[in-house]
Amino acid sequence: MHNKSHPTRYLLLAAILMLLSACATQLRGTGDMGVIIERASGSVQVINTTQRASLGRVAGLGDLSHASVVYSRDERFAYVFGRDGGLTKVDILKQKIDKRIMQSGNSIGGAISQDGGLVAVSNYEPGGVRVFDAQTLELVADIPAVYMEEKRSKVVGLVDAPGQRFVFSLYDAGEIWIADFSQGREPAITKFHKVGKQPYDGLISGDGRYYIAGLFGEDGLALLDLWQPEQGVKRILDHYGKGWRQMPVYKMPHLEGWAIADEYAFLPAVGLNEVLVVSRRNWKEVTRIAVHGQPVFVMARPDGRQIWVNFAFPNNDTVEVIDTLSLKKIQTLKPGKAVLHMEFTPRGEEVWISARDDNRVSVYDTGNFKLKAMLSAEKPSGIFMTSRAHRIGL
Amino acid sequence: MRTPIRPEWFLLILLWGLSASPAPAAISDARQSELLDLLRQDCGSCHGMTLKGGLGPALTPERIQKKSPQMLVETILQGRPGTPMPPWSKFMTREEARWLVDSLYRGIEHAQ
Repeated sequence: MHNKSHPTRYLLLAAILMLLSACATQLRGTGDMGVIIERASGSVQVINTTQRASLGRVAGLGDLSHASVVYSRDERFAYVFGRDGGLTKVDILKQKIDKRIMQSGNSIGGAISQDGGLVAVSNYEPGGVRVFDAQTLELVADIPAVYMEEKRSKVVGLVDAPGQRFVFSLYDAGEIWIADFSQGREPAITKFHKVGKQPYDGLISGDGRYYIAGLFGEDGLALLDLWQPEQGVKRILDHYGKGWRQMPVYKMPHLEGWAIADEYAFLPAVGLNEVLVVSRRNWKEVTRIAVHGQPVFVMARPDGRQIWVNFAFPNNDTVEVIDTLSLKKIQTLKPGKAVLHMEFTPRGEEVWISARDDNRVSVYDTGNFKLKAMLSAEKPSGIFMTSRAHRIGL
Repeated sequence: MRTPIRPEWFLLILLWGLSASPAPAAISDARQSELLDLLRQDCGSCHGMTLKGGLGPALTPERIQKKSPQMLVETILQGRPGTPMPPWSKFMTREEARWLVDSLYRGIEHAQ
């Protein structure tokens, strides 16, 4: 019987089609995914950290020099903050742009609120913070960084803090502000004046308690205890930053990702080839560890057992690893020319390292330091894994 | 014992001296592309990769046209005290800094 219009034939065809489409939209989680910024081409690569593979590329994100990323709490959407003021919401499952806006002329980074509902961007031009609905990217609040009545300050070191707050520093004004959104879309702003000259970056401790701003214009760091903000901003590590005046600094050290491990905080010395070890209890210096160059990122492996350090130009082909028990260097790696960033897998068994000028990202085992994989990428800079979604300050 | 110097050598040395001072010393293509890379990537970390500004000021032709080349060359080589701008004299010659400044006046999107 060869009747072409036999109904079972169509049923079979329909079944095959359904099977095919089910394959195409196979369910999966995103907990082992991330993105790599390709700074010069305005694109990101979506990665899978289990397979150590790139899944594809999303382009059209504008100027991504110094770009950073935060994640929605469902770990599906990456909010990419571009240098040119672009804010792009990338769907990493579909590998496409979900929404994109130009929200300012020149921006430096962003944060997502505790409840995941708000995305904030810190801007250089015009100086201030803009806050958007995380779902729609519609403007919720505009916070101009006005000081001395009509001047606008560049804003740096924007982080999220518990209590639906954002904390940030005003570079030109020397102030730290808290914008509290716990009461709704109208933020309550608390300002701390005269915290120090030219705060250039900020970080929040992993428990969300301490906000610390690095100062370019004077020595020391500005510390705000967010559990007791009424106590005001204190100066810690009075000698910190003296290196600005001793040695030229070719890349500002990053404070984000500041390593806190065991009873110590590890931070990049400014201008000197040293990592400072500071007591978490009293913020006093315990010791210094000599390293290969001026440190840029000083990051703790998630379990705190190792500290990984990369360096400023011209020593930026090297990564060193410090053991937190002995406070000694235990490994030196050469991942390539112009190492810009390192990102640990969620529990730290591997680390992904970008080498901009060699156009590659290397994946190392953090136990035996063996190279596990190498991926090609165009001028890669930041690497951001989805596990950041559930960490305060990231 | 004196080594006799032939007169045409004098002429050669004289010509070399003349050509070296007023005209910009030749910067090889390879070095030019290194310098542009340094400008985009390393200067770009403060001034923006497209030089539209960041923590440091914009370096677009419109923004620098009123500034003298001497001042810009000095700033590159010596840095600017009181700001995060470091001196770059360890990494380039005065001629190379001058070449960079000329590229900035033209706009780097036109370079290479």
